[in-house]
Amino acid sequence: MIEGGGTQTRHLDEPAAVRWLLIGSALVFLALFLFLPLLVVFVNALSEGAAVYAASVLDPVALAAIRLTLITAAIAVPLNLLFGLAAAWVIAKYDFPGRNLLMTLIDIPFSVSPVISGMLFVLLFGAHGLAGAWLADHDIKIIFALPGIVLATTFVTSPFVARELIPLMRSQGSEEEEAAMTLGAGGWQTFFRISLPKIRWGLLYGVVLCNARAMGEFGAVSVVSGHVRGMTDTMPLQVVILYNEYDFVGAFAVASLLTFLAIVTLVVKKLVERQQGSAEA
Amino acid sequence: MASRRRGVLPGFGLAMGFTLTYLSLLILIPLSTLILKTATMSLSGFWAAVTAPRTLAAYRLSFLAAMAGALINGVFGLLVAWVLERYRFPGRRIVDGLVDLPFALPTAVAGIALTSLYAGSGWIGRLFEPHGVKIAYTPLGVVVALTFVGLPFVVRTVQPVLRDLDRQVEDAAASLGASRLQTVTRIILPELMPAALTGIVLAFARGLGEYGSVIFIAGNLPMKSEITPLLIMIKLEQYDMPGATAIALVFLVASFSLLLVVNLLSSRLSRRMVTR
Repeated sequence: MIEGGGTQTRHLDEPAAVRWLLIGSALVFLALFLFLPLLVVFVNALSEGAAVYAASVLDPVALAAIRLTLITAAIAVPLNLLFGLAAAWVIAKYDFPGRNLLMTLIDIPFSVSPVISGMLFVLLFGAHGLAGAWLADHDIKIIFALPGIVLATTFVTSPFVARELIPLMRSQGSEEEEAAMTLGAGGWQTFFRISLPKIRWGLLYGVVLCNARAMGEFGAVSVVSGHVRGMTDTMPLQVVILYNEYDFVGAFAVASLLTFLAIVTLVVKKLVERQQGSAEA
Repeated sequence: MASRRRGVLPGFGLAMGFTLTYLSLLILIPLSTLILKTATMSLSGFWAAVTAPRTLAAYRLSFLAAMAGALINGVFGLLVAWVLERYRFPGRRIVDGLVDLPFALPTAVAGIALTSLYAGSGWIGRLFEPHGVKIAYTPLGVVVALTFVGLPFVVRTVQPVLRDLDRQVEDAAASLGASRLQTVTRIILPELMPAALTGIVLAFARGLGEYGSVIFIAGNLPMKSEITPLLIMIKLEQYDMPGATAIALVFLVASFSLLLVVNLLSSRLSRRMVTR
């Protein structure tokens, strides 16, 4: 057996030289497209020292952009959390005709260009849009204002929680819920005591990812924002404005905050995977 | 059957009602506006907007650059997945975690970071510029941005398949006298192909509509380095609503149907792999 094992591993492994060549080329590829872009954000942000960095981040216009971004995410993420829970419940717990169609509909925002996503709301609510005249009569502003930014962001980020939960809930099945119901638990009681705790890690990552995408959405928001400085500029739009004004340090300083958020998101993903791994084991 | 299952767990009606209302208000009604708006255009106006040379050039660039990015990711995604799953090296876990960065990093941030790297004065651009290769502000820059954006897809679709692959099959091939190269190309790679293809399609679809990471590095010259989403943006800024709508509708229908076709292909492919 042991002898056999020895020859097997020799045949099942590449020579060390090949192994290191492959590892090396993978790392060079990742360095060009992943590590260096990540590094360059922080290097540029701090290129003129910590004082300039702090001043760029604490600039009133930057703070206004941060505030708008936080407000937008505070509305879009809970909405998509509710939607994700409801959609995943329906798709994972029941069989019904049209289930695949429903899943396709949920995925639509993934395959629509962000610019087109934003444009849809301009077509609906813009000055020349379907509801434009009515909105103008009633003095309601959606496009070039907060509601438009929230709508576009919610549209773009709507699949994330649902996509995270559907496979998780499906793999878990509903035996425990059914047992609870048989023992006399109410519907909401079962949901809050059984279903929600079962999916909490997946839900956490779904929400964190949805949040990162909501705070970072650029294409859709830039169509509906109208770029009123200090009023309708979110953080990504602020990054771009500073960049186009050749204030590279300022642009990368604000960008570094969003990059930090992205790194936190990746860390949460790793932690969640570890939790789920240990739950399975 | 279905109604009995529904009877066991409550909440179907409520959850379904909420899901459908949400989808209709947020996604279906806005999407149908696009079709309604296009329907009010004259056929000749629609045709003129869609077939203008500048539009066709933008379609071509978006399509080809997304394809190039997806294929680069096909090759290197397989390599990265292989290295991460099969080999142990220092920093492997951190590298594995970072692969998802393009999912989480805002596209505008990616755009300015890539531009500052690949411009003539940047860390990477500096190495290529003396040899007459300009990356930023050319179509090559578009490919770089779309490679970044699509990077996680192939890695993440291939990794689980590679992990679950039965090592005994490799064992058997080796004991029957196959060289390692033969085992890899004849046994392992065919098993990975459906997953890799799915990843390539996802990366392609993502790259087709991408805007934020591309517009800084592209240079945005009409007919040369102007992607379709940017052209739509320009039409919108010029208040050319019909033009923007027409270009967007064709782009959307093309990407939807392409996705559908290739999804069908890859599901058929994976079914064949399973039955075999």
